[in-house]
Amino acid sequence: MWAVALLVFREVLEAALIVSVVAAATRGVPRRGWFVGGGIALGIFGAVLVALSADLLAAAFSGVGQELFNAGVLLAAVLMIGWHVLWMSSHGRELGRQMQVLGNAVHSGASSLGLLLAVVALAVLREGSEVVLFLYGMRAGGAEHLWAGLSIGVVAGAALGFALYAGLLRIPVRHFFGATNAMLVLLAAGLASTAARYLIQANLLPAWGHQLWDSSWLLGNGSLLGQTAHILVGYDAQPAGMQLVFYASTLAALWAGARLIRPMEAVRQPR
Amino acid sequence: MKRLLPFVLAALLLPLLASAADVASYTLTLKDHRYQPSELRIPANVRIKLELINQDPSPEEFESDDFPAEKIVMPNSRTSLFIGPFKPGRYRFYGDFHQPTAQGTLVVE
Repeated sequence: MWAVALLVFREVLEAALIVSVVAAATRGVPRRGWFVGGGIALGIFGAVLVALSADLLAAAFSGVGQELFNAGVLLAAVLMIGWHVLWMSSHGRELGRQMQVLGNAVHSGASSLGLLLAVVALAVLREGSEVVLFLYGMRAGGAEHLWAGLSIGVVAGAALGFALYAGLLRIPVRHFFGATNAMLVLLAAGLASTAARYLIQANLLPAWGHQLWDSSWLLGNGSLLGQTAHILVGYDAQPAGMQLVFYASTLAALWAGARLIRPMEAVRQPR
Repeated sequence: MKRLLPFVLAALLLPLLASAADVASYTLTLKDHRYQPSELRIPANVRIKLELINQDPSPEEFESDDFPAEKIVMPNSRTSLFIGPFKPGRYRFYGDFHQPTAQGTLVVE
């Protein structure tokens, strides 16, 4: 039972951290709860579909279907988060001002809410499909207390996600969207780096240095803290050069994009 | 920028051509949720192709905390991934779905 709980916990935690940051970043947006809930439901549905077609996926593209699929899902999430971050950098100040005036009631348009729903769904789908495959195997092997293990894992993983969410809500309103936007940027950069890792494993991308450094002695990839840092800021104890290129490119693109957008807004709405 | 594109493409694709052709292949077999062999000897400083054969009726995920690797192998089927190059030493790997038994070590010489 504990083996089941532990594996489920680790997968749920990864998804829950992403969902928490997204939920915090959309604080005050009307109907946000429905979008986050809908994203999770959609993700679970997708996870079952992906697990059911895992055989097809494994055989696709001469054996690298799995890596292509993972990298594709990750890069899609990067694009969506990126779009939202750029949208926020043009509207964020208004949102911040309105929140200070109106408290939590932000009535401005939430055009990128659908994108974040998709990010939540993709995160749940990717981690969830592994859980489904694992449970299927455990069931075939006649493991006992499967549902107890599953429940403990889900509850524990979700609880840590809620803890992060509660912590984020304590950030003062004045800095709130700045902080959550920065977290989304780091999240996106980390996801891009992980995508590169899959493509290197499939030999579809050169590594440009297979191991730039090894900080396993300080913080291992397998440890709970290492795993949390991996999701939140893209930490990797043994990164390849190409992963750093993906990470830095994402950071640079979002930083430059936000800088380009702000002057345009300033021109459009002179104060 | 456009003139650079062929070079960039070449830089990206050359390693693929080179590595796909002359990479040595090693095999790990999963049976009763154990790796056979549980100690796999491979040479140092080269990239290798690792063939995974799963003879069990349940899926497994080949994974390691010592080197980058994460690949699901479905029941009664096979797959492969690329790992390395490694410095000489011992690197542990496991099966994420059956960690109590599915443990193994790469011995790099």
